[in-house]
Amino acid sequence: MSPDVMIYNVLCLAVPFSVAILIAALGENFNQRAGVFNLGCDGIMCMGAYVGFMLPYALKSAALAPYGNVLGLVGAMAVGAAFGLLFALVTVTFRASQGIAGIGLQMLGWGLSGTLFRHFVGGVTGVEGIQVWPIPYLSKIPFLGGVLFNHNPLAYVAFLLVPASWFLLYKTPWGLKVRAVGTHPRAADTMGIHVDRTRYQALALGGAMAGLAGAYLSLCQAKMFSDDLVAGRGFIAVALVYFGRWSPLGILGGAMLFSIAQSFQLSMQVWGIKFPYEFAVMLPYVLVIIVLALARKARQLGPTDLGKPYNREMRF
Amino acid sequence: MNKQKVIFGGTVIIAVSLVAALLVALVLLAIGASPLATYKTILTGPLSDLFGVTEVLVRSVPLLLVGLGIAISFRSGILNIGAEGQIQMGVLAATATALALPHLSKGFLLPLVLLAGALGGAIWGGIAGWLRARLQVNEILSTVMLNYIAAQIHTFLLRGPMLDPNELETGSGTPQSMRLPDASFLDQIVPGTRLHTGLILALVAALLVWVLLWKTTLGYRMRAAGAGAKAARYAGIPVERYLIIAMLLAGGFAGLAGAVEVTGVHHRAIEGISSGYGFAGIVVALFGMLHPGGIIPSSVFFGILLIGADMTQRSARVPANMVLVLQGVIILAIVSGQSFLRNPYAQERLMRWLAGLAPWLFKSKKGVQP
Repeated sequence: MSPDVMIYNVLCLAVPFSVAILIAALGENFNQRAGVFNLGCDGIMCMGAYVGFMLPYALKSAALAPYGNVLGLVGAMAVGAAFGLLFALVTVTFRASQGIAGIGLQMLGWGLSGTLFRHFVGGVTGVEGIQVWPIPYLSKIPFLGGVLFNHNPLAYVAFLLVPASWFLLYKTPWGLKVRAVGTHPRAADTMGIHVDRTRYQALALGGAMAGLAGAYLSLCQAKMFSDDLVAGRGFIAVALVYFGRWSPLGILGGAMLFSIAQSFQLSMQVWGIKFPYEFAVMLPYVLVIIVLALARKARQLGPTDLGKPYNREMRF
Repeated sequence: MNKQKVIFGGTVIIAVSLVAALLVALVLLAIGASPLATYKTILTGPLSDLFGVTEVLVRSVPLLLVGLGIAISFRSGILNIGAEGQIQMGVLAATATALALPHLSKGFLLPLVLLAGALGGAIWGGIAGWLRARLQVNEILSTVMLNYIAAQIHTFLLRGPMLDPNELETGSGTPQSMRLPDASFLDQIVPGTRLHTGLILALVAALLVWVLLWKTTLGYRMRAAGAGAKAARYAGIPVERYLIIAMLLAGGFAGLAGAVEVTGVHHRAIEGISSGYGFAGIVVALFGMLHPGGIIPSSVFFGILLIGADMTQRSARVPANMVLVLQGVIILAIVSGQSFLRNPYAQERLMRWLAGLAPWLFKSKKGVQP
């Protein structure tokens, strides 16, 4: 196999891998920009994956069947937003420690999706899911067409979300509010911005995006659901936000780096290069740690009040 | 003041349990199970006979050890989510040691194996501690990633280098290590059951952790680093060093839990040996208010929950994942409740209310002093 074909294959495979972590990380970016560190992202993705799978599965023979997939995506986003609001209740209203609360939310989402799935479905069942949709004409471009324009519709959505979330964060009043409450909530409060309300909104949006990311995994990628479908991608998404220095473009770069690493690892197995399978699976997780260690200087660029509950009654 | 704190803490824990139970009841209703019947099975089922009681204690031993380690790390201001991976590294280290030295006498081998397990976990925890202290890597993310990495190492070794040769011969290929030499086993306490002397070990460990945290300089400094890193630094405490020590200890306890599981229960390394103890340990520690005196009863309580959940899966067809839901809800409820614990006004209001309700609680004091 010639090297350019190998590169082509790796890149074609990398794009689908990046979609879920990209959407989830862009959502987590809103949370963190608003000053809330949502580690429950992984659990929300589990719930999104479950709902995204369950609605089309349950509606298979109903009159709504043609809309099953769309309803699945919408349902996943709604459940994600609900979980985001639950997290907001715990961390914004009750001012709980965000790190521990996030782990609680992760367990809740993971356990709940597994419980509901075992009760309502049971074994391994597939759904038709959302198929790949090559963009007419564009997908015929040699090399680039296959890499960029021959994917699942949600992949295009994910890439459009990058400029969209940049615009939302930097060019709208709401984005300014989000960045303000994450950087200096007291100043924002003094200027009449509702700190708690803005954080609630950001968490709902981030949750909805995490739910969508989960639905992509079940509905578009695996076309089924299982307990370990998400496999820590939510945590990787959180790490990507650090790596991407809280900017949508940086997050896109991080997501691509990870997915290229992952598709390279898979391709190596296809090419027959001997490498213990377990070590290959381990690779992205090792990469996260290395990346976090290297990205430590980026901390100054981030929201300075990240992880700190805001209490307007507190002096000092 | 101390009595007030205990009463207040207890009230919050009870309130938290009720809220959590109510929320989970909603989930149970959603999957068509009767909440009352399910709770009854979970809470009374495991305690209906001697065997059930010993099984509960068998589960509570690793929970107690892991919970102690997590309490140390949380008290020191470092959130260790990596107990699951630390347990697995402890399992591997203990198994390798026992298999490498089969001819040692029990007096040498058993302590050595337990020590090796603790060391394996300590190294795994220490990595995260070092990364946090020296490179400011968020410890939650690094420990979560180390969990996934440890799980893969565990699988790799059990399917490859450490696989029992018998499994290859018979061709069944169950990923497990060879059976450990008898000299490395923990003795049974009650003959005919799986209850082993690890229970005593864990209780002694709880006492030691209490002494460490509240009666030694080291413990004082770790708690100071956790309560306010900035203030501790002004007082001349090298906070980073104590973060690493806390993670070494936390990992060590988790690794010890793994070694105890190997030498006391399974007698070989198997897949899924940590069975969620690492995550349950977080809930155990939080539910026990991060104090050994609370973690001991809390570990027994969660032992009951784990066994009870298995029973409901069989009798009431409630999937055992339900335990994860329960744990998640309890964590969320506890951390929410802690904002009331930290709020002196809420404490004052509650104490007034309680004082009106039960004057005998406060007979020793004149009035209520918040």
